[in-house]
Amino acid sequence: MVEMITDFDTIAAIATAPGEGAIAIVRLSGEDAINEVNSLFKGKDLTKVASHTLNYGHIYDPSNSEEIDEVMVSVMRAPKTYTREDIVEINCHGGVLATNRILQLVLSHGARLAEPGEFTKRAFLNGRIDLSQAEAVNDIIRAKTDKSIEVALNQLNGSLATKIRDLREQIVDVLAQVEVNIDYPEYDDFEKVTRKLLLTESNKIKQKIEDILSTAKQGKILREGLTTAIVGRPNVGKSSILNSLIQEDKAIVTNIAGTTRDVVEEYINIAGIPIKLVDTAGIRDTDNEIEQLGVEKSRKALQKADLVLLVLNSSEEMTSEDKELLELTNKTNRIIILNKSDLPNKLDKNSIKSNNNDIICTSAKTKEGIETIKQKITDIVFGGVQSSQQNILVTNARHISLLNRAKQSLNDVLDGIEKEMPVDLIQIDMKRAWDLLGEITGDTVQDELLNELFSRFCLGK
Amino acid sequence: MEEKVKRYNAGNFDVIVVGAGHAGCEAALASARMGNKTLLLTISLDMIAFMPCNPSIGGPAKGVVVREIDALGGEMGHNIDKTYVQMRMLNTGKGPAVRALRAQADKDAYHRAMKYTLEQEENLTLRQGLVNELIVNNDNCEGVITATGAVYHSKTVVLTTGTSSRGKIIIGELMYSSGPNNSQPSIKLSENLEKLGFSLKRFKTGTPPRVNGKTINYEETEEQPGDRKPHHFSFDNRNEDYLSPEEQLSCWLTYTNEGTHEIIRNNLDRAPMFSGIIEGVGPRYCPSIEDKIVRFADKKRHQLFLEPEGRNNLEWYVQGLSTSMPEEVQKQILHSIKGLENASIMRPGYAIEYDIVEPYQLDNTLETKLVHNLFTAGQINGTSGYEEAAGQGIIAGINAGRKAQGKDPVILQRSDAYIGVMIDDLVTKGTLEPYRLLTSRAEYRLILRHDNADLRLREIGHNIGLISDEKYLDYQKKKQNITREINRLNTTYINPSKKINEWLLSRNEGELKDRISAASLLKRPHVTYQDVLQFIPESENNLSLDVIEQVEIELKYDGYIKKEQESIDKLKRMESKKIPKNINYEQIEGLATEGKQKLSKIRPKTIAQASRISGVTPADISILSIYVEQGKMKK
Repeated sequence: MVEMITDFDTIAAIATAPGEGAIAIVRLSGEDAINEVNSLFKGKDLTKVASHTLNYGHIYDPSNSEEIDEVMVSVMRAPKTYTREDIVEINCHGGVLATNRILQLVLSHGARLAEPGEFTKRAFLNGRIDLSQAEAVNDIIRAKTDKSIEVALNQLNGSLATKIRDLREQIVDVLAQVEVNIDYPEYDDFEKVTRKLLLTESNKIKQKIEDILSTAKQGKILREGLTTAIVGRPNVGKSSILNSLIQEDKAIVTNIAGTTRDVVEEYINIAGIPIKLVDTAGIRDTDNEIEQLGVEKSRKALQKADLVLLVLNSSEEMTSEDKELLELTNKTNRIIILNKSDLPNKLDKNSIKSNNNDIICTSAKTKEGIETIKQKITDIVFGGVQSSQQNILVTNARHISLLNRAKQSLNDVLDGIEKEMPVDLIQIDMKRAWDLLGEITGDTVQDELLNELFSRFCLGK
Repeated sequence: MEEKVKRYNAGNFDVIVVGAGHAGCEAALASARMGNKTLLLTISLDMIAFMPCNPSIGGPAKGVVVREIDALGGEMGHNIDKTYVQMRMLNTGKGPAVRALRAQADKDAYHRAMKYTLEQEENLTLRQGLVNELIVNNDNCEGVITATGAVYHSKTVVLTTGTSSRGKIIIGELMYSSGPNNSQPSIKLSENLEKLGFSLKRFKTGTPPRVNGKTINYEETEEQPGDRKPHHFSFDNRNEDYLSPEEQLSCWLTYTNEGTHEIIRNNLDRAPMFSGIIEGVGPRYCPSIEDKIVRFADKKRHQLFLEPEGRNNLEWYVQGLSTSMPEEVQKQILHSIKGLENASIMRPGYAIEYDIVEPYQLDNTLETKLVHNLFTAGQINGTSGYEEAAGQGIIAGINAGRKAQGKDPVILQRSDAYIGVMIDDLVTKGTLEPYRLLTSRAEYRLILRHDNADLRLREIGHNIGLISDEKYLDYQKKKQNITREINRLNTTYINPSKKINEWLLSRNEGELKDRISAASLLKRPHVTYQDVLQFIPESENNLSLDVIEQVEIELKYDGYIKKEQESIDKLKRMESKKIPKNINYEQIEGLATEGKQKLSKIRPKTIAQASRISGVTPADISILSIYVEQGKMKK
C-alpha cells in the first residue's frame, strides 16, 4: 500500500553530478516541496514568494539550529515546471559533504529520494514531455529493474536486513495483538494491548531505529565522511598516491571546521564518497612532513580510522617496520598498496598474511592501480554495489529516508499515547512504521498481518 | 431422466436472481426496487434468508457491512432490527473506528420477515425452482432453465447459489450429497458453469452441533446479556422501539477442558479433516474444534458461547465447537463440557464442501468476464458469512439492474466501504480460503466506520433510486447539522475562568491560560461534548445523538482522519488512471514474466488495482503506467 501511493509524494535528489563543479543543486518536486524546504530555510517565507524566483538565505538543521550552507533557492510553482509539479532547487556551494547533508536533511523532513529518471518520468506522466523523450524514460526504468534486483539481493545478505526483520517482528507482535483484540473482542485469552504496553514497545522500537540510523555505515559515511588514514614508512610514496587519487578525480578539497577550534579536518572526494583524512595535517604540502608520520603517529591515527591505506614499497624488501604496520592494521578495514610497481619487484607478496583481495599493486608514476584503489574504497563503503552515477547514493539514502520516516511514525505513535488516543488509532502509525521498514527489506507480503494473526491465535466459531 | 422433462416458455424478466439466501434477497430487492421486473428463484421457499450457521448478524467489520447495505437502501439492517433477540455493541472500550454492533437473531423470524418483504415487493416474482442451466449465446447470458423445464429469459442473471453448488455434507465417516442443512444440492448448474469455461474450486466450511436448551445447566456457565443502551442497525429505525435487556435473550459462556481435548485427540483418526476425506480448503479464522486442538495443542481451554436460535425455540447453537467428528464423538465432546454434561443433541455438527467460482474471473461490478450479463455474489464467490454475502448481493443486484436498464455500473472503492474492500480483494487477489471480512483488511478503517455509513453511501443509494427522497432529506439535514456544529465549535471561544479551570483540574486536565476554541477543548482526552456545553451555549438546532456522535468523532480524531483522508486522495488519483480494456500485456516490453501473467489473468481496470496484485512489482507498475500513457498520446 505504501508503495502504490509513491507516484505523488515529494521527491528529492542531487541534480548535479557528484563531486564536480563549485555549485551543487538539490532538487525537489511534489506537492510539499515548497513547504519542506521552507521549514529548513532562513530567509524569505518561500510559501509566499512569487513563482520562478531565486531567493537568498541559509539552510539550517531545525533539530539543533545549526546552519549548514549559504544557498540560493529557486521556487517554481506548478504547472509551468519540468515535472508540472511544484519544484524547488537549492543551489548550494559546500561541495560533496554539505550537499549530502542538505539532501539528508530534506529526506528526513518528508521528501523521498528520487529514483533514477523519476523527475523525467513525472514530467512524462504529467503530460509535459513528448513520446520520443518518454521512450528514453522507459529505458531508464527498465534498466533500473535489473539494478534494483541486484540491490535487493545485496540487502538480503546484510546485517541491516536482519536488524530490520527483527524490528518488524517486534512490531508485528504488537500489531497482531491489537488486531485480534479488535476482530475477536469476546475472546478473553489474549493479552489486552494497553497504552502502557504500546509506550514501552514503541520506545524500544524507536530506540532501535535510532541505533540503526546512527550506526548505519553508509549513512554515517555520507554524513561525516569516511575516516581514512594513510600509513606507511617514510618514502614509500604515500603523498604521491594521495595526489594521484585526488587528481584523478578532480576532487574538491574543502576545509571544514571540526569540533575543536584548532583542528582542521581535511576532506577529499573519491568517487562521490567524502573521505576524511585523519592526522595528516600538511600531508600534501611537503614530503618532509611525512617523515614524522612513523609508526608512532600511525598508531594514533589507526584508532580513529574507518579505513586504512597501508602503503608499502614493492621495490624494497619488507622491513620490520612494515611488518609492524601490517600487524597493527590486521583487524581494521585496510587496503594494502604495493607502490612503485614500475620498479623491479623485491617484495615477496606471499609474505604478507592477508586476504589477497586487499592487496593492490600501484604506481603513482604510471597510474597503475589507482582506479582499483577507488573501486576498492567504493566496495568497502557500499558492500559490493557497483557505483554508477547517483546509484550508490540511492541505495543508501533510500534506506535512511525510510528509516527516518519509520522513526517519524513512531513519534506519531508516542504522540498518540500522550494524547490518550485509543489503541486502535495509535496502531495506524505503528502499522505505517511496519510497512515502511518492510519496504527496506522488500518484505511486504500479501495479507502478511492476517497470516500472523491466524498463526498466533486460536480464533473462530 | 431429466432430459425427458419438456421445456416451456415461462416468461421474460429484466433480471433473474438464482438463490434466495442473504445475497440473493438483497440482489432481488435492489433490482426490483430500481424498477426492474425481477424473478427470484430458490430451491426451497422455506430456506429464504436462512441462517445455516450461527444465529447472529454483525460484529467487527461485518456489522459495518450491514450498515453500509442499509445506507445503500438494502434490507438486512431492517430485517435484523425486526427480529433480533439480543443486541450488543462490541469494542466499546476502543476507538470509534472499530466499534461494532452485533445482534443475535431469531432464525425463524428472520427468515419469515425476509420472505414476507420479498412477497410484498412490487416488480418481484418469488418462485421455487432449481436452476440447471444458463442460456448463453455468444458469451451473453440470456436467461435460465429450471429442472421442471421452465425457460425464463432475461437481460441479466445473478447467481447466488451459496454452498448448494455440488454440496457434500460430511459427518465422521458419513458423506452425502446435500446443500446446507440437508437441503437439495444444485449439481447441474455447477457442471454447466464448468462447460462454459469457468474455473471452479472446492471450499469447505462447517457448523457446530445444536443442543436442546432444556438440557443445558446454565448455572455452570456465565451469562452474557444484551445492552441496555438502545442500538439498531438501520439508520431509519428509532431508539424507542428498542427491547429492554429483560426482553432480550442472553447468551452463555462456557469452556472446553483437558478432558474434551483428550476425547478429540483420541478420535482424530475418525476426523474427516485429518483422515483425508475432506478435500476442500477451510477457513483459518473459523477452524473446527479438532483443528484448534491440533494446531494450538498448548491451549488448556477454548471459549464456547451458547447462543439461542430464537424465541419459542429450544435449539441452542454451540459457538466455538464447529466439528465434523462422528455423531457419537460429538456427543462425548459435548458431555465433557461444563454445563453441557447432559446436553441432548438436536442436530449434529457437520462439514460441508462446495464449489466456488474463482473470483478473479469477475469484474469489480461482480459481472463475470467470461459471460456478459452474468453476475455472481455471495459464497459462490468464495466468501463466508451472511453479511459478506448480502454486501455482494446488493452490489450485484444494483449492477445487474442497471445493466438491464443500460446504465453505468456502481463500483465502491476501498476507501468508500468495507463492501468495496471485500470486492476489490476478491477480484484482485482472489482467495485461498473462504473469505471473511476483518477490520485489518481495510486500510482506512477510521473512515469506514459503522456510525458514518450513511454519510458515506446514502448519496449513492439515492442516486440509484434505492433511497427515497424523504430519507435522503433526513440524511442531508443530518449532514448539515454536523457541519454547522463543527463550525460553531471551531469559532466559539472559551476564556480562562475559575469555573473552567477548577473543572479541568477535577478531570486531571491542564488549566487554561489563554482562550481556546470549544473544539480545542473537546479535543482533550477526558472532555466530552456534553462537558463542553457547560461552558458554551447549546446549539440552536435540536441535535440528535447521532449528530453529536459525529461531531465528537470528527473533532477528537481530526488528526488521524486527516491523515487517512490524505492517503485516500492519493489513492483516488491512482484509481483514476484507467487501463484500456483491450491492453495486451504480452506486448509490453520490460514487464517481468510473473507480472505479465498476473496482469493478463486479472486484467485490472486501473493502475491502482494493478499495483495491488501480488507478484506485480513497483517496476512493473512504472512500465505499465508509461505504456498506458504512451497509448493515450499516440491517439
